Amino acid sequence: MSPLLDVNDLVVRFSTVAGRVHAVNSASFSVDRGETLGVVGESGCGKSVTVLSVVGLIQQPPGEIVSGEVLYEGRDLLQLSEQEMSQIRGRDIAMVFQDPMSSLNPVLTIGRQISETMTVHLGMSREEARARAIELLDVMGIPEPAERYDDYPHQFSGGMRQRVMIASALACSPSLLIADEPTTALDVTIQAQLIDLVRDLRDRLDMAIIWITHNLAVVAELADRVCVMYAGFIVEEADVFDLFAEPLHPYTLSLLKSVPRIDQVIDEELFAVPGSPPDCLWLPRGCPFVPRCRFAVRRCHQEAPPLREVGPAHRAACWVDVGTGRER
Amino acid sequence: MSQQQALVEVRDLKKHFPMTRGILIQRKVGAVRAVDGVSFDIRRGETLGLVGESGCGKTTTGNTILQLLRPTEGKVLFDGVDLSELSGEELRLLRQRMQMIFQDPYACLNPRWTVARIIGEPMRVHRMAGRKERMRRVKELLELVQINRAHINRYPHEFSGGQRQRIGVARALASEPEFIVCDEPVSALDVSIQAQVVNLLERLQDKFGLTYLFIAHDLGMVRHICDRVAVMYCGVIVELADRDPLYEEPLHPYSQGLLSAVPIPDPAKTRARQRIVLPGDPPNPADPPSGCRFHTRCRIAQERCREEAPSLREAAPGHWVACHLV
Amino acid sequence: MIDTERTDHVWQEDRGQRSFTPAQMAFRRFVRHKMALVGAGLLIALILYVSAGSLFYSEENANYVDLRARLSPPSWEHPFGTDLAGRDLLARTIYGGQISVIIGLLAVVVSVVVGVLIGAVAGFYGGWVDAVLMRFTEAVFNIPQLFLLIVLAKFFAEGVPTFEILGRTFSGSVVIIIVVIGLTSWMYLARIVRSNFLSLKEQDFVKAARCTGARDLAIITGHILPNTMAPIIVSATLQVANAILAEAYISFLGMGVQPPTATWGNMLNEAYNHLEGAPWMWFFPGTLILVIVLAINFLGDGLRDALDPHSLAQAD
Repeated sequence: MSPLLDVNDLVVRFSTVAGRVHAVNSASFSVDRGETLGVVGESGCGKSVTVLSVVGLIQQPPGEIVSGEVLYEGRDLLQLSEQEMSQIRGRDIAMVFQDPMSSLNPVLTIGRQISETMTVHLGMSREEARARAIELLDVMGIPEPAERYDDYPHQFSGGMRQRVMIASALACSPSLLIADEPTTALDVTIQAQLIDLVRDLRDRLDMAIIWITHNLAVVAELADRVCVMYAGFIVEEADVFDLFAEPLHPYTLSLLKSVPRIDQVIDEELFAVPGSPPDCLWLPRGCPFVPRCRFAVRRCHQEAPPLREVGPAHRAACWVDVGTGRER
Repeated sequence: MSQQQALVEVRDLKKHFPMTRGILIQRKVGAVRAVDGVSFDIRRGETLGLVGESGCGKTTTGNTILQLLRPTEGKVLFDGVDLSELSGEELRLLRQRMQMIFQDPYACLNPRWTVARIIGEPMRVHRMAGRKERMRRVKELLELVQINRAHINRYPHEFSGGQRQRIGVARALASEPEFIVCDEPVSALDVSIQAQVVNLLERLQDKFGLTYLFIAHDLGMVRHICDRVAVMYCGVIVELADRDPLYEEPLHPYSQGLLSAVPIPDPAKTRARQRIVLPGDPPNPADPPSGCRFHTRCRIAQERCREEAPSLREAAPGHWVACHLV
Repeated sequence: MIDTERTDHVWQEDRGQRSFTPAQMAFRRFVRHKMALVGAGLLIALILYVSAGSLFYSEENANYVDLRARLSPPSWEHPFGTDLAGRDLLARTIYGGQISVIIGLLAVVVSVVVGVLIGAVAGFYGGWVDAVLMRFTEAVFNIPQLFLLIVLAKFFAEGVPTFEILGRTFSGSVVIIIVVIGLTSWMYLARIVRSNFLSLKEQDFVKAARCTGARDLAIITGHILPNTMAPIIVSATLQVANAILAEAYISFLGMGVQPPTATWGNMLNEAYNHLEGAPWMWFFPGTLILVIVLAINFLGDGLRDALDPHSLAQAD
């Protein structure tokens, strides 16, 4: 069966005061129906820009989608007009962002904001939309949903607001939910609540999810497959169990090794990755991870490795076999 | 237990922020009880972790211990000296021995000062050396935190986040302190850089025999670096124990929920875990629940918990818990 | 031990990135601003006019009364024409300009000193000190400046001696005007400085300084003030224009600097009764006021953008 979302060779640049930023470099990935894809990377790696491009929320200029195609159910979203995109956004593809305070309109009640998506996209009447919104709030675990329908965003805590956002996103039963760092700003216990909630919902709604985060442990909780991004490149992509059991890209390896876990004690120093993430103002000739990589060989400096199969359903962009340390 | 001397003793510390209303004359209408009766010791040479979620009062505790905020009630003793009894000048001089590392690398350094001036400030303030000697020491400190000494006259904006944080560490060391409060020192850094700074902190502790109060919300990092850990909830300490006993067998229901909520980077393990999900939201420190502050979210709460606040008791040797049911 | 430093800079060194001081970056941003450069150029031209111009015309020229030539239009002999008393207007605009500019600059010095002091103390100490100072500021703020100017100018006008500086005689009313304008225009700056102090006080680097044990005064002068220079400079620059205008108003009303000392403002006063008959009397001083105020405003806008603290971290 063909994937729900199929992104091929997406290239996105930004013109800034400091120069041209190569935000996304030839990213290719896909998401199947009902599947959860985790996209992991640190700040500046291009993960947000990638998904914003998918839903057409990149301002061009200063951004520019140079090339690539984004196939959603077979249609190339990059070729659609803004009007056509706005019909898909919210109805078929929904988004949840990191900071619910800036995604919610502070002067409208949350109930109204949730209902709006339904009246606009599904042509529901106000009463119908209201009833359904209250139902959604209840499913989201918001106590006294009928009363809280008329409350304003500032009357909710951070975790509650995020639930409202999710309710709003799910109002039209989208087939794809894109969540951009939805729990990063929340406390860990609230994050756990939300992860549980999302897990429960996606099973019931058979919804595909793209979950973006910088926290590898979170994708371990939720994802079916994982993409690791670095400097605008996808450097590794695999099934979640395979990725954690046997990471094949040096960057993934270093991330896993340098983050201390609550269930392990490391008696010596933490594994520290030298250097810092690049700012993507220029495209390196070879692999972008070279300055920080323990395994780099000559070829890595000269030629950027493509993302290719290095194991069953496991792709990595690396010339070296991290198990042996030798070039593949 | 007390072969090691306590360097810092905190006794029943409280910090309330009054809420006022009024135009000309401010009337007090209530108070945010950010820290509401906290007691613990920090032993010389140890790293005590202080963990909790946002609003629990851990950062305020750190600030109040260092007297950056004056305590509303309670005492802080540093090396036996009661800090609230000191005059302004005496306190100022004592500050040479206790320093702080801040969370935000982009705000903790004066953007208009060179690195030399920033790191040299503690030495200047405490008249520790003449200009030449100060510069020599600044270069030494830069090397210690692995920053190129040639960059001594650069400005903060010319450095990355991780480097700025290390400059902050160098500054904290400049006055040769004994005690450093690390207030979320790596939370604002990229994951791949956090390890660099934490390793540095550990190395420095070994080298100089430093004592740390490590305030953080990243429980994984805390397990790595701390010797003992205190868990805070809504202004009070709910559990205080040695590191391994706390992580392996937390006794307080909040600690159990907290540890259960932290995701583990191992899909097989984390999905098979028995989860304790804490319902609801953390309470408002301006209006905390009666009795035990955790009772509104506690799965084993009883009548007594609503009426009476539990005190911190030693449930096992060295393992203190504030719960009626443990 | 891993040399993290070397790898941190690999990217930047490869690009040959230079490092700038905050002042250099501000300068670079300033010169990108076309209008600011125009303003700066005009200002320099005007300053040259009023200062170097005195090399060509002496003060006597400016005050020389020649009744035969009274009210004569611009000519070769008198390029800007003459006034009621036959005095050469070109010379008068030069010397008048000196006074107007000096008044503008010195009045701003007074207002900056008062404004920064009040704002800094109120912002740093907070509490009742802040409350009292701010109520006072608001009270003064609400009194119309012109009204205050007129009243104070009239009140102090009599019995102030003339004095000599640098070979020029100034009527004592100049000092009065400077002080009065200064004391009626500090409030806006005080508010800005106070609000900057309030927010900067909470910044981590200030906390770090307190934690180190630095004294209050050292923190105010070393840490907070340098980081609030931008709005002070911008405000002071724009205030000069306001001060020049304020002087023009009160001199126009006859309450400011008294003749025979010329200022652009009192030249306008003299032109009042001859608006149609002798338009050159108001045209030249009026235009000069207009140009200098515009120039200063353009300059001020450019400075504001160049010194925006949020841009400090950007690499050009």
